[in-house]
Amino acid sequence: MIEIKDLHKSYKMGSNSLHVLKGINFSVDKGELVAIMGSSGSGKSTLLNILGMLDVADTGDYTLDGVPIKDMNETKAAQYRNKFLGFVFQSFNLINYKSAMENVALPLYYQRMPRKERQEKALKYLDQVGLKEWATHLPSELSGGQKQRVAIARAMAAEPKVLLADEPTGALDSTTSYEVMDLIQKINDEGNTILVVTHEEDIAHMCKRIVHLKDGVIVEDKKVKQVRASAYV
Amino acid sequence: MFNRDRWKEILEVLTSNWFRTVLTAFGVFWGILILIILLAAGKGLENGIKADFGDIATNTMFMWTRSTTKAYKGLPKGRDFNFKLEDVQSIRDNVPNLRFISPRNQLGGFRGGGNVVRGIKTGAYNIYGDYPEIINQDPMTITSGRFLNHNDINEKRKIAIIGNGVKNDLYDLDETVLGTYIKIQGVNFMVVGTYKKNSNDGDGEEGQKQIFVPFTTFSQAFNRGNDVGWMAITANDGSSITSLKEDIVNSMKVKHKVHPDDDRAVGYFDLYEQYNRVESLFGAMGFIAYFVGILVLLSGIIGVSNIMLIVVKERTKEIGIRRALGEDPWSIKKQILMESIFLTIISGMAGITFGALFIYGVNAILDANGPVDMFLNPSVSLGVVVAALAILIISGLLAGFIPAQSAIKVRPIDALRTE
Repeated sequence: MIEIKDLHKSYKMGSNSLHVLKGINFSVDKGELVAIMGSSGSGKSTLLNILGMLDVADTGDYTLDGVPIKDMNETKAAQYRNKFLGFVFQSFNLINYKSAMENVALPLYYQRMPRKERQEKALKYLDQVGLKEWATHLPSELSGGQKQRVAIARAMAAEPKVLLADEPTGALDSTTSYEVMDLIQKINDEGNTILVVTHEEDIAHMCKRIVHLKDGVIVEDKKVKQVRASAYV
Repeated sequence: MFNRDRWKEILEVLTSNWFRTVLTAFGVFWGILILIILLAAGKGLENGIKADFGDIATNTMFMWTRSTTKAYKGLPKGRDFNFKLEDVQSIRDNVPNLRFISPRNQLGGFRGGGNVVRGIKTGAYNIYGDYPEIINQDPMTITSGRFLNHNDINEKRKIAIIGNGVKNDLYDLDETVLGTYIKIQGVNFMVVGTYKKNSNDGDGEEGQKQIFVPFTTFSQAFNRGNDVGWMAITANDGSSITSLKEDIVNSMKVKHKVHPDDDRAVGYFDLYEQYNRVESLFGAMGFIAYFVGILVLLSGIIGVSNIMLIVVKERTKEIGIRRALGEDPWSIKKQILMESIFLTIISGMAGITFGALFIYGVNAILDANGPVDMFLNPSVSLGVVVAALAILIISGLLAGFIPAQSAIKVRPIDALRTE
């Protein structure tokens, strides 16, 4: 599903340049649930941003579902993001003047799906994350865990090929974290490919594979026995 | 364009900070209001002054003879001469693009005595010997009966059309006018029509006290022979009498053996030139009104642009999220532009509406207090409103352009990082 070869990325900070990714080789198959771990500054978020087409690598190849991702203009990148990728952020990033359902329907709106169809689909996904009754509520009326579940519903609404989660539990207490991870595991059980960036060991062990990043290179890439989050809930 | 979600969002964004939106809108409102009021005031002045010209066909010159001032072809200077009836045809043959040529003879005027008698009543009026076409050059409303026609000319009928002023002088209030006779310098004429002129300036009174009789009858009755006192010449709509008058005057000089350089032998008054002078004044006034109005509007537009920049700044993160979810940059740009245009048009419409109410009020006051000199019916035409709307749409676009550009200039990754 994801193929990365010799990926380099550096940032210019004034006169110095900061080499963040120093040759990443990495591939993810369909249906995997991968945790990307590393301390801050290890380059994990940068990697996720490049995978999410929010950022571009300096050198290296990136292939997503057989499509080479390079030389994209913004319009094209937006289309690909909409079609191929779902994002879950640490700070939820819901649009605060839109209701939960409208938030979930946003990616579908960008696909120009008719209004009615869009709303039905958004409700379906809200139902899946258990928030159907909250559909008309604004994000400010939801708890953190609920917000993240809305964000996950939004990420899944467009039926992306890959779900990218950047510290999805970073802003949540452990109980809600496990609830969210339980949801992510369930989505993975249905055959979706998911990448989770995290620095929490217990969250990482709820994935099927852990990739350790340190100073811009992969130091460890191992399969683990998945801990089911439902055990804690 | 007519996308429910887009409009919902525009309203959500604009109503999220009412006070700021209203303040911004006020700038545009004020600009368009000033523009409308300036244009209306200019129009009011223009209407007032044009009313002084009355309904008269403005593409018209009047021409008469004077004494020659140069000897020519064996004829002495100081010679008097008259236009003849044949001159009309000669002008028609020599000068193209003329619409009406009306030869006229005249009795009375400022030198006239009590020249018209009916029973025991007398009065002094201007008597014109005219062709039927004169009604197109010096318009009047026939209030009863009819105006001159060509049968009157051909048969030299002794008939007269009298003004309302004449009627009021010579007739009692409930008397029948048509079919009665009046005596003009001892000759009886039957009254076949009455008229009213629609002029409201100082000459209005004078204009109602005229009597029109057929040109041929006039010539015979008052011994004018073939002479023509003066001519009223109107050019076709496409060409101006000002450019034709030289040809007309020159053709007359040739015909009457006047020295070509004798500029004083033929007198004329070019109404069109006078009118154009006034026209160009109003052109300049219109320009100033637009200029000042648009400059005031511009400061409103800059306000809108400023606020849109702030709105975009505030929504940087939201825009980042939306781009991460796959909204294409053009759609975001369109959103910002539409917000800006919407705000400008709504506030502009409010300005136009308020301006219209203001003009309505001024008109009501003018109507209530009677006419004011040189100011009449201030108004803006539909064309001006359409132009104002076009200006608004364009300025809304301009106001939104820079903010929209800055909205998509930030990379989504950077936009997401902002707090």
